Amino acid sequence: MKPAPFKYVAPESLDDAVALLRRHGQEGKILAGGQSLVPLLNMRLARPAVIIDLNRLRPLDYIKNGKDVRIGAMTRQRVAELSPLVRQKLPLLAEALRYVGHPQIRNRGTIGGSIAHADPSAELPAVLAALEGKVVLQNGRGTRTLGADAFFLTYLTTALQPDELLVEVRIPAHDHLGTAFLEVARRHGDYALVGVAAVVDWNGGRARDVRLTFTGVGGVPVRVAEAEAAATGRPLTDAVLAEVSRIVSAGLDPEADIHASAEYRKHVAGVLAERALRVAVTRAQRRERDTR
Amino acid sequence: MGTRYFGERVKRNEDPRLLTGRGTFVDDIRLPGMLHGAVLRSPHAHARLLSLDTSKAKTARGVVAVYTRTDLPEHLQQPLPKLIPHYALIHHKTQYALAPEKVRYVGEPVAFVVAESRYLAEDAAELVEVEYEPLPPVVDLTQAAQPNAPLVHEDMGTNVCAHHTQRVGNVEDAFARAAHVFTERFVMDRGTAAPMECRGIVAQWEPKMRQLTVWDSTQAPIPIRNGLARLLGLPQGGVRVIAPDVGGGFGPKIMMFYPEEILVPCAAMQLGRPVKWIEDRRENFVAMNQEREQIHVAAIAVDSDGRILGVRTNFLYDSGAYIPYGIIVPIVASTTLPGPYKIPNYHCEFKAVFTNKTIVSPYRGAGRPHGVFVMERLMDRVAKELRIDRTEVRRRNLIQPHEFPYEVGLIYQDNAPVIYDSGDYPATLAKALQMIGYDMWPERRARYRREGRYVGLGIACYVEGSGIGPYEGARVTVEPSGKVYAATSVGTQGQGHFTSFAQIVADALTVPVEDVVVVTGDTGAFGWGTGTFASRAAVVAGNAVHLAAQAVREKTLKVAATKLEARVEDLELQDGKVFVRGVPGRTMTLAEIAVAANPLRGTIPEGWEQPGLEASRYFAPPRGTFPNGVHACVLEVDVQTGMIKILKYVVVHDCGRVINPLILDGQIHGGVAQGLGGAFYERLVYDEHGQLLTQTFMDYLLPTAMEVPEIEIGHLETPSPLNPLGVKGAGEAGVIPVAALIAQAIDDALMEFGVRIAEMPLSPNRLLEIIQAARKQPAAAS
Repeated sequence: MKPAPFKYVAPESLDDAVALLRRHGQEGKILAGGQSLVPLLNMRLARPAVIIDLNRLRPLDYIKNGKDVRIGAMTRQRVAELSPLVRQKLPLLAEALRYVGHPQIRNRGTIGGSIAHADPSAELPAVLAALEGKVVLQNGRGTRTLGADAFFLTYLTTALQPDELLVEVRIPAHDHLGTAFLEVARRHGDYALVGVAAVVDWNGGRARDVRLTFTGVGGVPVRVAEAEAAATGRPLTDAVLAEVSRIVSAGLDPEADIHASAEYRKHVAGVLAERALRVAVTRAQRRERDTR
Repeated sequence: MGTRYFGERVKRNEDPRLLTGRGTFVDDIRLPGMLHGAVLRSPHAHARLLSLDTSKAKTARGVVAVYTRTDLPEHLQQPLPKLIPHYALIHHKTQYALAPEKVRYVGEPVAFVVAESRYLAEDAAELVEVEYEPLPPVVDLTQAAQPNAPLVHEDMGTNVCAHHTQRVGNVEDAFARAAHVFTERFVMDRGTAAPMECRGIVAQWEPKMRQLTVWDSTQAPIPIRNGLARLLGLPQGGVRVIAPDVGGGFGPKIMMFYPEEILVPCAAMQLGRPVKWIEDRRENFVAMNQEREQIHVAAIAVDSDGRILGVRTNFLYDSGAYIPYGIIVPIVASTTLPGPYKIPNYHCEFKAVFTNKTIVSPYRGAGRPHGVFVMERLMDRVAKELRIDRTEVRRRNLIQPHEFPYEVGLIYQDNAPVIYDSGDYPATLAKALQMIGYDMWPERRARYRREGRYVGLGIACYVEGSGIGPYEGARVTVEPSGKVYAATSVGTQGQGHFTSFAQIVADALTVPVEDVVVVTGDTGAFGWGTGTFASRAAVVAGNAVHLAAQAVREKTLKVAATKLEARVEDLELQDGKVFVRGVPGRTMTLAEIAVAANPLRGTIPEGWEQPGLEASRYFAPPRGTFPNGVHACVLEVDVQTGMIKILKYVVVHDCGRVINPLILDGQIHGGVAQGLGGAFYERLVYDEHGQLLTQTFMDYLLPTAMEVPEIEIGHLETPSPLNPLGVKGAGEAGVIPVAALIAQAIDDALMEFGVRIAEMPLSPNRLLEIIQAARKQPAAAS
């Protein structure tokens, strides 16, 4: 488990990093927290010619307040998890981060790295999709901003061009919404068999808007529009939740692996949808009470 | 003699060193000019090796040598030694240092590359060109036992290498007259020990001294030394094998030989430079021996009161591609199965079967978890069918305290009869029931159900064979500095021998425990012995240490008597000094006595046995000693997701006299963790091509601190009459009944659905399938 030979460069500035990426293109591979890349290198499943290490780019480590909270790509997951701003404004992200590996992993892993890696089983892409957040991509010519739906293409594949660097993640502040993140993982810290991010805009005893985004059931974070519609505008009674659960299970087409069958994932996605909606609604109601 | 330390929760002598990163593991051995090896392994489970071309690899940067089978001396091209023969093992096929004309499992070594660094060695290994002709592999155990299966070893004409039967009484008669007979099929799948430290070897050849030194992460340095000397044509004194700090063994680190244990010393001798090979985790998953796969069809015959009349099991044992370790595991499984129960008639029969998978040899438990799973599941079945409380049906069949020694009627892995030496099984069960709160369980269970929760209780009993021979030895020395050294022949992989053996010596010589330096696992320090396995180190080596320490104590008094001109009977040894009773001031320290015991002039008086304050002693038990225990737990099942959560876990354990309860608790905690792994998390998944799909810790799921519950432990101490210390083994107690326990607790939690667990390990996916299938059975809810 020693990597194949590669060249290593550690740019001191964002401009240098972008220039290096432009020079090396497909041959270059970005190293952020290294939590996914390093095992792939060691198993020789990834064989980049050049590793471009971003760990000296301190300017990409920030969390800035606003209508969209802006998080620099090199912000460590643990830093975001412990950030009072994230906890207050981005409760869904704060909750989901606790499911990302273990503290040791989150101390190294970065927000941008996880999203750029685009593992559909991972928590952060689902959070970005659930909140309809955006990513900022930069190359030598400028920047562009993409929504989550345009960014995630399929398994481990995004709209990032070979010369582009993900520099910032923008997540809408959602402290006015009821949210919940739940997952079923074989062990604490594992990639979940299925996970769900539930977002509820609660008003007057019913949901004005509902979003249900699942991990582990497709090539990208998956939303089930039909289930969201079924939960919208109605009081979330046991019967309605059971209906939502059924629609979720029927509406998904996950793949099987050695840990769980497709059937299992469909079933558990339905179960989690129901449970997460209950939690999200309870939280929304509490917020409503507290702000009154 | 005082026992200041024996039985006390003494903190471990080795921990400050290990916890501050000052241990010395094989990978910490760095020698000048050292080369690094990488093994090229077969990517096929079953294939003919058509050609091997090493020319490109040999010219790659930094490469010093590339070995294929024909580069080895002729006798090392042959199958490696048969470790434990058995008359029932007709086809004792053993592995090769490098694969012959065909490969038989994924991971089998094909070539060995030696280079200036491990990186360069791995780069060059990719350049070895191998042409394979894939053959149909046989992966599934049941299929492998069929007559038309592809053959792992063609010359056998079958994959069945052993067929062994043991019988007690007349099972046919017992089943014929029984009021009830229940038959079931039980399936247990593969797992791996996954020690924190993978295997590793460093070898250094000093041609001028004709001395080979091998650092090996092994549980059995002495057999490795003896075998290497034989295979390499060196005297035993010309080979020193050191097992330094070893990061977990659990069974698989004892084998003769792993291919690398031959390749690394051979390369070092041939190249005249030290060579290191460290197994990485991905190699460990395919190249270190595995275990656990068995399929039993078992039946129990009982009278109308649930008393056992007979038990029968017929099982298949997957040995993987070769069977160097013989049929120890299935013998242990079949002889552990009767457990604490009186079984007048018993028939056990197994077939050991070759498959195109990694070799199998004992892993912590070594068949005991299988036997206990089968027996406890059968007892649960009896309780359910006859509507007798599950603890009552067990009580009715327990061997009683006055019935020891109890002869089971079987022959154990050491070829000695299975005779339980001592124990109090009813008391062990009673204590576990009290600790888990069994009396209150029906009400608690009902309360959980009213809350909509599915919570179950399990209780499982076992008897564990431990402490088998043939022998171990120890040498205890007091040096003129006053420092006390104890050298033993067994290796240490984390069991706390640096402390437990020191406690025994410290008590005998009345010195502080931290002043006793224990040396283990170095054939240069002590050259006779077998190794650490079968929960035997504390029993066999511990008693050898005890005998040697007592001999040094006697010698101390003898030497002091001469010097102090007093009779031995008037002397007292206290705080490391000898006093003449009633004569204050006439004392000698151990250091002074050590000097006196090794004079420069004069003579050695008769009766001193040897110069110096030193003695070597051996302990050879006649047969194994049998600890026992009961585990109990309460767990909750999420019937929507198949996830389980353990709410309470209790172990009551009787391993005779306890040397150090702190260390014993640790042994049990670790065992329970591995047991839980084998019950719900850990499974080696092979596809139909014999490819291992679980080759990382992302897919092979070891339970972590988050999954392992707090464990409450109760100790009973029924001394063993078979050794002076009265101790029994404790290495495997934690792991043995866990699968049986979890199965029963799940059954209990899901009683309404009529769930019946007959396989291990489970997973949330599998458990949910079982729940859903049971819920569809309308009759199940009885």
